[in-house]
Amino acid sequence: MKTIRLDRVLITIVMGAVGILFVMPFLWMISASLKPELDVLAYPIQWIPKTWHAVENYKEVWAGEVTFSLYYWNTIVVTVLTTALSLLLSCMAAYGFAKVKFKGREVLFLLVLTTFMIPTQATLVPQFIIMRWMQLFDTHLSLILLGSSGVIGTFLLRQFFMGINNEVLESARIDGANHWTTFSRIATPLVAPGLATAMILRFVFTWNDYQNPLIFLRSDRLFTLQLGMKKFADFNGEFYSLIMAASVSAILPLLIIFIFGQKYVIEGVASGSVKG
Amino acid sequence: MSQAVEKRTRKQSYYDAWAGYLFTAPMVILTLVLTAIPIVLSGIVSFTDWNFIAGLNTIRFVGFDNYANLFRDDDFLHSMRNNFTLLAIVPVSMFISLVLAAIINKAAYFKSFFKVIYFMPFISSFVAVAILWRVLFHPSSGPINGFLMSIGIEHPPMWLADPSYSLISVMIIMLWANLGFDMIIYMAGLQNIPNDLYEAADIDGASSIRKFFSVTLPLLSPTTFFLLITGIVGSFRAFDLIMVLTGGGPAGSTDVMVFELYQNAFVNLKSGYASAIGIMLLFIILAITLIQWVGQKKWVNY
Repeated sequence: MKTIRLDRVLITIVMGAVGILFVMPFLWMISASLKPELDVLAYPIQWIPKTWHAVENYKEVWAGEVTFSLYYWNTIVVTVLTTALSLLLSCMAAYGFAKVKFKGREVLFLLVLTTFMIPTQATLVPQFIIMRWMQLFDTHLSLILLGSSGVIGTFLLRQFFMGINNEVLESARIDGANHWTTFSRIATPLVAPGLATAMILRFVFTWNDYQNPLIFLRSDRLFTLQLGMKKFADFNGEFYSLIMAASVSAILPLLIIFIFGQKYVIEGVASGSVKG
Repeated sequence: MSQAVEKRTRKQSYYDAWAGYLFTAPMVILTLVLTAIPIVLSGIVSFTDWNFIAGLNTIRFVGFDNYANLFRDDDFLHSMRNNFTLLAIVPVSMFISLVLAAIINKAAYFKSFFKVIYFMPFISSFVAVAILWRVLFHPSSGPINGFLMSIGIEHPPMWLADPSYSLISVMIIMLWANLGFDMIIYMAGLQNIPNDLYEAADIDGASSIRKFFSVTLPLLSPTTFFLLITGIVGSFRAFDLIMVLTGGGPAGSTDVMVFELYQNAFVNLKSGYASAIGIMLLFIILAITLIQWVGQKKWVNY
């Protein structure tokens, strides 16, 4: 049983105050999304709305003139498919690079590793041409493929697979399991924390991506949330209460995922990068 | 007997090779098609004068002209200077987050609560963050200037709307958005430091400050190195935030290299010139990484 120490309590309180100052912009955002437009910029700030306008604001965002709910749905589709494909591909590749011996393994891994250094913007023009050539320009599939080509998941999972004792896998092989069974039944369950980390990171990156949808989508009906948010902000100009309601809607799913998954993210980032 | 074993091993390694290629092929092909080949193409296009909408037959090779023009292009040079100014955020963010991480890790309750709080801006979309700060920094009616005026500052800065304050405003926002990442990585690093080192220091009668400089800091050096590299690379890549926040303005005061690249590629349709910017960017990032890689031996302890 730990005893509660006074100095720790004091430090916690001070740090808590610093923390609240730090998230004040978010508190302002939530508060602004709940009140009528006229009160948003009133000073002193009404942290708790005097007049509530939450239902009207969120209704206007979700069922108003800009098809926000469509953008939201598009983002869910793109994010879920990207995350699933990215996890499958990087998990397979990571297993191959970590646990299968084959000629050219180091060269192929080095190739994948170096693409990590290339700034995404430097490849935009050729990617654009390739996407048009493959008839994938202005489709969700282009975003899904681009998102899945990220290699962070492969590094991270390779690190985790390397941590598995070879004997565990070899005994399965002696029992007659082929590589696919060993991979899917034995190795992958053992790297569950790594999978959770890779999943959360890819989910957050894809959900928040603005650059790729901006370049590879043209049709309004395919727009993702981030493009929609920008459009919504331009369309509603000075209606900050509505814009803030849209922002809260866009951030909320990620916040929930992060609160539940933060243990894995930290664990994964720590083992993937810090230990080297 | 031994022949049979040998045959089996050979069959096994043949089978392994196939399995290896099949497992890695999808990812390798994807990175080849979407990253490796594009960067090579970018390199080729950077030696041409070309508008990619117009088709391949209009392509014209111009040698190093695009690169030579880059160094005469005031907008580009200005954006490059801005990029180097933005680098200042990296050490500041690392310093603040290390102090916060050390205090929270050592002496606070509810660690997960703090992790979530500081990580929040990092998981929020840059579009939402940019829109939010545009309102907060609003020159006449934003809450920040409202506060400054209420404490007696009559003419607070116009922030994003004033060319002489806009870059520093962007830097404040970037610092706020990135701090959580640095902090979480430092916390992970701190948790990996074995406790007996501190106990040994206690026996030697070391003060807390002494312990921080002689135990914590050296053992965190791999983490610091990692954060320095990712921070610098990340700051060169920053696009979304600036695009929504200021669009490079006012008067080009927040222009950065990736923004110049985007403008030339997709607005002015100068593919060759844009590719040259991309390749320059790649070389700058590679050079910085290389310098750090060589330099790390001097100060990183494993």
